[in-house]
Amino acid sequence: MDLQSIANLGYLIAAVFFILGLKRMSHPKTAVQGNLFGALGMFIAVVITLVTQGILNIEYILIGIAAGTLVGTLLALKIKMTAMPQLVGLFNGFGGIASVLVAGAALYLELAAHGAAVAADYQFTVSIAASGIIGAVTFFGSIVAFGKLQGLVTEKPVRYPGEQVVKVLLAGGAIAVGVLIVLDPTVVLYYWIMAAIAGLLGLMLVLPIGGADMPIVIALLNSYSGIAAAATGFVLNNSILIVAGSLVGASGIILTRIMCKAMNRSLANVLFGGVGAVVETKGG
Amino acid sequence: MTDTMIFIQILTIFVLAVFVGFEVITKVPPILHTPLMSGSNAISGITVIGALISLGQEAELLAMSLGMAALFFATVNVVGGFVVTHRMLKKFKKKD
Repeated sequence: MDLQSIANLGYLIAAVFFILGLKRMSHPKTAVQGNLFGALGMFIAVVITLVTQGILNIEYILIGIAAGTLVGTLLALKIKMTAMPQLVGLFNGFGGIASVLVAGAALYLELAAHGAAVAADYQFTVSIAASGIIGAVTFFGSIVAFGKLQGLVTEKPVRYPGEQVVKVLLAGGAIAVGVLIVLDPTVVLYYWIMAAIAGLLGLMLVLPIGGADMPIVIALLNSYSGIAAAATGFVLNNSILIVAGSLVGASGIILTRIMCKAMNRSLANVLFGGVGAVVETKGG
Repeated sequence: MTDTMIFIQILTIFVLAVFVGFEVITKVPPILHTPLMSGSNAISGITVIGALISLGQEAELLAMSLGMAALFFATVNVVGGFVVTHRMLKKFKKKD
């Protein structure tokens, strides 16, 4: 069996653990096991990647993994129980920025290998743009959510006239620059401009939402970070990124809806305003 | 395989995984909302695989720095995510 087949088989096993893990995490009795299944799936995916993908620079990889493991474990163990939601928000933001950086690196690598011929590969260019936009919205939105819960940013909804217009313009701007990348991927600067505009959109999406609704926002941004990871999977033609990313993307939307229902919120209201009014109606 | 064949193949995987994602969680008791969000957030750190692949190639300093930063952030997401979820779930167990 060739290495790529071994990789895909390993990724399949990892995917099964992710699905079982999610399933078990939604029942009280099996939740701990579900989380361990998720971790095991991730471990399998990492090991399979290291042994089958002709990985170089192993010393840098070990440093990166060691540093990330140290920081992640310390944060996870030292944080107060009450501060856990914002930590999840922060972690989620890190996943989003990682997708932006991986897609950016992929663009540089492909340009170095194939030059202007990259423009002919629409799957590559379109998914790079998607990964950059969704990842940047996730990162900056998550940072604001973290800041609001941590008390670094005002918990109050920041509302201003023309708010929706600003959001639509930023979304349109990010997509327009994304189209420029697809048309001419050799100008890498477009990619970073697009990510910057999308990041601003992430800030503007979350700032107008009140602190009490942040758990719902984090659940939704978690879904976004899954979609960003799936888009990165299309950039790299990698099945486990696509499977795990779209699993989280889809189940994250369901979880967001379940949380909205439990908190008597409408998702549209959380996202587009009028939250205060809704609370009053429910109370009366 | 041609590029189109590969694209259709991964598109198939994507669409099927989306359907599984929609179905995999149904009724979740409110106490598990935050841990489930946290656990699935750790899974979305799967970008770590992308970071390994991009850092694992022969590349110029710029692409390598991007890959290195991505690997760090994604690892924090994955490891921190699973550990904090485990802590949350343990806490609920004690309560029961």
